[in-house]
Amino acid sequence: MAGQTLYDKLWQDHLVKTREDGTALIYIDRQLLHEVTSPQAFEGLRLANRQPWRLNANLATVDHNVPTTDRDKGVAGIEDQVSKIQVTTLDENCDEFGIVEYKMQDVRQGIVHVIGPEQGATLPGMTVVCGDSHTSTHGAFACLAHGIGTSEVEHVLATQCLIQKKMKNMLVRIDGKLGAGVSGKDVVLAIIGKIGTAGGTGYAIEFGGQVMRDMSMEGRMTVCNMAIEAGARAGMVAVDDTTIEYFKGRPYSPTGETWDKAVESWKQLTSDDDAEFDTVVVLKGEDIKPQVSWGTSPEMVAAIDENVPVPAEQTDAVKREGYERALKYMDLQAGMPITDIKVDKVFIGSCTNSRIEDLRMAAEVAKGRKVADSVKQAMVVPGSGLVKQQAEAEGLDKIFVEAGFEWRDPGCSMCLAMNPDKLEPGEHCASTSNRNFEGRQGFGGRTHLVSPAMAAAAAVEGHFVDVRDIL
Amino acid sequence: MEKFEKHTGIVAPLNRANVDTDMIIPKQFLKSIKRTGFGQNLFDEWRYLDVGQPGQDCSQRPVNEEFVLNFPRYKGASVLLAQQNFGCGSSREHAPWAISEYGFRAVIAPSFADIFFNNSFKNGLLPIVLEQSVVDTLFAEVEAEEGYQLTVDLEAQQVISPSGNAYAFEIDPFRKHCLLNGLDDIGLTLQDADVIRDFEDKRRETAPWLFTELS
Repeated sequence: MAGQTLYDKLWQDHLVKTREDGTALIYIDRQLLHEVTSPQAFEGLRLANRQPWRLNANLATVDHNVPTTDRDKGVAGIEDQVSKIQVTTLDENCDEFGIVEYKMQDVRQGIVHVIGPEQGATLPGMTVVCGDSHTSTHGAFACLAHGIGTSEVEHVLATQCLIQKKMKNMLVRIDGKLGAGVSGKDVVLAIIGKIGTAGGTGYAIEFGGQVMRDMSMEGRMTVCNMAIEAGARAGMVAVDDTTIEYFKGRPYSPTGETWDKAVESWKQLTSDDDAEFDTVVVLKGEDIKPQVSWGTSPEMVAAIDENVPVPAEQTDAVKREGYERALKYMDLQAGMPITDIKVDKVFIGSCTNSRIEDLRMAAEVAKGRKVADSVKQAMVVPGSGLVKQQAEAEGLDKIFVEAGFEWRDPGCSMCLAMNPDKLEPGEHCASTSNRNFEGRQGFGGRTHLVSPAMAAAAAVEGHFVDVRDIL
Repeated sequence: MEKFEKHTGIVAPLNRANVDTDMIIPKQFLKSIKRTGFGQNLFDEWRYLDVGQPGQDCSQRPVNEEFVLNFPRYKGASVLLAQQNFGCGSSREHAPWAISEYGFRAVIAPSFADIFFNNSFKNGLLPIVLEQSVVDTLFAEVEAEEGYQLTVDLEAQQVISPSGNAYAFEIDPFRKHCLLNGLDDIGLTLQDADVIRDFEDKRRETAPWLFTELS
């Protein structure tokens, strides 16, 4: 019999019961909650007169609606009344049920997918869910982590379980080494460009190979974060020394003998050598160049030295029409060089790229340079209050401000523009976020997905450039 | 949850691939703390010519006559015909809420994004996967004939066209059972409360670090 994949092991470890109809009850170790997808779940509990199954399994924070300026005013500083109600509703629900929440003025507040690992609330081998598709981020720590809808948020609150069917196994192996100036974001965009936004549908993806082994935890989180953009609900990376090192001294990490026991157990969280995957995709690290998305789907992506594609060259009719519609929306010419695309705004942040390493990579480019006059706004939004503190301790905030970037307070911000940070119609944005859908960053806005280093380079040049030429 | 047994209704064709949840229901409407009120903002950026805001009276807004759902012939449609990877993007359940509230009971496509697919079943909305060639045939038929209707028979697992062609579809038995009976799955899961508790107790013993008190 073939060995088990990491996903097989995580599934087996959490299998409460296989039911007669073939579905499974899977135990959930951690649920993260935020203000957008939880109010209807709490309401459902109240209507059915149910209590949370295990309070301690839940951790909440506000991130989607919070403004990134004037935070000293607290909730009162939220000008949008509808947003304010959503934030106060989470506060009230957590107070009522007794769930730990990092509220707006808590230094630990931040984007759910940043604070979970940062606090050690996400630990290797856990099942982690959240009413947010980018929950796949936590798979970087060999967790089975995926987004769920609000009905399932309520289901997990009430039962600590999910009804699941097992997914298929996919291995995406990235061999070799990455070149300088190329990071996790470029890797995952290159993967999505190769397999498409539905390539991973129905699969749990394990990212492996030498490139993943050499990558920092921050980089691995960036890669797993966008597994969902490749269609896979869950992405994951096996445990190694980098994983274990990350959890030393985190607030909710185990200590003493329990730590030793935990580490011993975590070391099992790898795919067996003889494990079989349903699909294997292989990329070479040396081939991956800095990436820029040109269209309205994350699979519409090209390397910095390439051109915007010519729709007429597409043989598939649905794809050709999709390309034509995307170029029209983005106001780009077929065949134009990617480096000719000018940017109006720059956004460095989001659950994809707002961690300390991301900010360091952007600061390295911004240092001693100035945001181009043609760029209307360039902002840096750290992923949490603690990331912000760390960056300030390293002087990164000064580098950004001196270069002409705005240094903001933590939250989801312009990734999805539920707070005041948004694009105006027609504006092009170099963004370190995860989705370039129509209207995502503001009605009529045009998003180009890039790495933090590439976003900073676009900010100083006013158009996309190969960051490897600058560094 | 509303039961789904057999449904016959007008078909609206949305012929583009990768329709994402931001398009189905834009983010400004996710600020609601209710489960209802999303139907009028379904496909908001395509349906109207202005920028929609939560709580607006949509009957006063300028309508995009070129958007397919606004064609008079598709008024009252309750079956949505779509293309590959429908519902990709975020986990927002507001997407199936909006589609259901607009009046759709079923969505037919060659493929769906996983989370959207799963969320639909929780809300009495039936997502049906049919082969690309069948979907292409249905697109041609609906565009050719005004008032075109399809019948979805969940018990028989068939989509039946006006000419009598029956197309079989797959559905997980548990989901079928819940839809046919309008069942809430929390109640079903809690029937296994003892099994869950036993599992949890063992886990607490073997992996105590997973049960750390948060503060």
